[in-house]
Amino acid sequence: MAPRNRGAAEPAEERELLSAGDVARTIARMAHQVIEKIALDAPGVPPVVLLGIPRRGAPLARRLADRILEFSGVTVPTGTLDITLYRDDLRRQPPRPLESTRLPDGGIDDRVVVLVDDVLYSGRTIGAALDALHDHGRPRAVQLAVLVDRGHRELPIRADYVGKNVPTSRAEEVAVLVAEVDGVDGVVLRRGGTG
Amino acid sequence: MRHLLSAADLDRDAATALLDTADELKATLLGREVRKLPTLRGRTVITMFYENSTRTRVSFEIAGKWMSADVINVSAGGSSVGKGESLRDTALTLAAAGADCVIIRHPASGAADRLAGWLDSRGTSVVNAGDGTHEHPTQALLDAATLRERLGTLDGRRIAIVGDVLHSRVARSNVHLLRTLGVDVVLVAPPTLLPVGVRDWGVTVSHELDAELPAVDAVMLLRVQAERMHGNFFPTAREYSIGYGLSEPRLALLPEHAVVLHPGPMLRGMEIASTVADSPRAAITDQVHNGVHMRMSVLYHLLAGES
Amino acid sequence: MTTLLVRGVRPYGVGDPVDLRIADTVITEIGPGLKAGSDTEVIEAAGQVALPGFVDLHTHLREPGREDAETIATGSAAAALGGYTAVFAMANTDPVADNPVVVEHVWRRGREVGLVDVHPVGAVTVGLAGERLAELGAMARSAAGVRVFSDDGKCVADPLVMRRALEYTTALDGVVAQHAEEPKLTVGAQAHDGARAARLGLAGWPAAAEEAIVARDCLLAAEVGARLHICHVSTAGTADLLRWAKNRPGGDGISAEVTPHHLLLTDERLAGYDPANKVNPPLRTEADVAALRVALADGAIDCVATDHAPHAPQDKDCEWAAARPGMLGLQTALSVVVLAMVRTELLDWRGVARVLSERPADIGGLSDQGRPIAVGEPANLALVDPDATWTVRGADLASISANTPYEGMVLPATVVTTISRGRITAHDGRIRR
Repeated sequence: MAPRNRGAAEPAEERELLSAGDVARTIARMAHQVIEKIALDAPGVPPVVLLGIPRRGAPLARRLADRILEFSGVTVPTGTLDITLYRDDLRRQPPRPLESTRLPDGGIDDRVVVLVDDVLYSGRTIGAALDALHDHGRPRAVQLAVLVDRGHRELPIRADYVGKNVPTSRAEEVAVLVAEVDGVDGVVLRRGGTG
Repeated sequence: MRHLLSAADLDRDAATALLDTADELKATLLGREVRKLPTLRGRTVITMFYENSTRTRVSFEIAGKWMSADVINVSAGGSSVGKGESLRDTALTLAAAGADCVIIRHPASGAADRLAGWLDSRGTSVVNAGDGTHEHPTQALLDAATLRERLGTLDGRRIAIVGDVLHSRVARSNVHLLRTLGVDVVLVAPPTLLPVGVRDWGVTVSHELDAELPAVDAVMLLRVQAERMHGNFFPTAREYSIGYGLSEPRLALLPEHAVVLHPGPMLRGMEIASTVADSPRAAITDQVHNGVHMRMSVLYHLLAGES
Repeated sequence: MTTLLVRGVRPYGVGDPVDLRIADTVITEIGPGLKAGSDTEVIEAAGQVALPGFVDLHTHLREPGREDAETIATGSAAAALGGYTAVFAMANTDPVADNPVVVEHVWRRGREVGLVDVHPVGAVTVGLAGERLAELGAMARSAAGVRVFSDDGKCVADPLVMRRALEYTTALDGVVAQHAEEPKLTVGAQAHDGARAARLGLAGWPAAAEEAIVARDCLLAAEVGARLHICHVSTAGTADLLRWAKNRPGGDGISAEVTPHHLLLTDERLAGYDPANKVNPPLRTEADVAALRVALADGAIDCVATDHAPHAPQDKDCEWAAARPGMLGLQTALSVVVLAMVRTELLDWRGVARVLSERPADIGGLSDQGRPIAVGEPANLALVDPDATWTVRGADLASISANTPYEGMVLPATVVTTISRGRITAHDGRIRR
């Protein structure tokens, strides 16, 4: 973020985009969308796997799986896929700690993998996730579910399921908060700020 | 972290980060179709082994290759080293040829430290794969990883290291690392195989193996070289093995949950009974398995981030 | 031959400043306010201390055999710059100085260079192998007039050979200088056998390996009535043994030396594995350093000897185990003695004169060195600035080699002028031929 003022730190302007209740409702809506698009509760449907991208994508994937079970009666195997080792910007900073990668039993071969992440921005995280998936096996198809799409794609990547579209400028930051990590649920937009 | 020269250089956070990364690498490689990670693509790693060691060298080579690094092996025998080129010149040549990382095993204590000094201005990382009787930090790390796997937390555990501590770089590294991770270390050896000043290492020292076994969570056995007999460090292999070998009866003295480790290669019948080596209480093959992931973790922390 | 007039100097750092007139190799006049004659070179030495020229009982000049590391010429230059007017050149050259031919070569070459009196040391045994006595008599009778015999570098380990050598030299007015190291206790040894080396994985050189030989040889020397000199004492235990041995019947022929580095440096220097600190006998503990300082002050150890040991870069720029042991010492000796002994008030300047000049000259049998600064005495002098400091840079020293452990250190006291038999050999950091 470009500093606006030298000298004293200014607090970032923060605006709530989604409240905790909004987040819950959004996830529920996305669950319905997944059920419908994949025809999850129809017979002879290919198996589906949800893979959350740590950190916040992981709890989101679990919640999505819970809602899907609630609404369709289908248990979707859920796991995590860390993409740190596949990032294209590793050399720009000190080595990052690795997050967890745990594929559900049965793996991903010949399954429909739905990647789950909190924010879709440049698309590089998802690009790295596709590379990672490639080394794990051969899914039948890969789809993407994100809580927030904030635009400014740098790769030809789009989400199949979007919780909320939030047009932003590059000077802004979209922060998704999940109780499992941050203690509260919510989505905020941060604008400007120095220090 | 620029180099890994000694376990003594790792504080608790650094050691834990290396162990945690190794765990994640192991998990992510499980069940994969392609056992390869792209992370160190374009990095060149050179192993310089001035001592014969297939297992450690292969372990490093696999580690580097599974991270997509280019790994080249230089062994003392068939290279200019055999023609009398100095260690310094060999190292500078390899660095100049493009090595991002040099992994060195050498019979002289301090060789890795010296190498790091000579390569400092080139930005090349140095990993100590064993220097004389000084340190072997990746061995200690994979030992700790194996212990963590079998025992859960290491804090407050009591672990015995048995054998030729005097000549063992594995022992020195393990004492440093285990203590850093909160372990009570007991060294068990005949007096002739203990270093000067060992009682100031923050460890317990004992000459009685049987007395120590019932109270430990793990036993780490050190190699005993036959040459030590000729140096009169102990009279005969038989006497050594009777006093300090982990026999079947001794295995029974250990608590049920206790683990047996050995850095290899083993002299079956000397420091460890053959049946003990093959028992499920022995985690020796796990050590080797964990060795690859641990070395991947080390290479990740040295080479993946900004140089 | 010019007359020299040294102005404003304090002999032994005592009393008011005086002037010294030197003519024709001797001191001819001492007093305040001397007038310079027409053919007189005046040396302004206000604030300086005049000491008798230093005598080094233990130097390695490496010629013949390792002229890539040092030569008699460069070693003589280092000696002169360090305030030395006489040095004893150890016999472990290649070929070994175990016969009259080699010792006469070294002696003649020293005279040719003419900067310092070079007295060759003769080997005790042929080839330093410790088995058969070398031709000690022939070396003594040669033009080199050898009186000090040593296998230094190696120990005369066989007790019978040592006994014979001690006995044989009693007829030659000679002294055997022993490098005390029981070889069976130091196989593969790299550093002092203490806690620091143990942590670093460096094989140990136990103190007892030195002390066992010192005790043995003191007993042997007393028994046969011979003179014995212990090289480079490095342990507190040896200092204790020397006190005991000198106080026994037959003990008055026993002498000992300590190096400057053993008065200052400890095995703390092992950290980092820099072979600049590798030496034989090794650097030991703080307790040893303290005991050696006390022993030098009270005379249990008679003198300081440098054990100046030049080494080519490839013999030091390597891993510890592959490095050769040894340190340069001639140009830093005075400064280190000042730092370790004068600044700690263990020795005054008279004491410095005793340990750097008088006692070594006596032990080495040199009648023209270590003399009092008095009228009629040979003009072998070192003029010292006690308050100056200098930064040690190996590359700037006169030796071909640069292996000094004091690299980058700021040391006290400098030798401003060295006068050998009335002629200036070094002045203001430059050699004068």
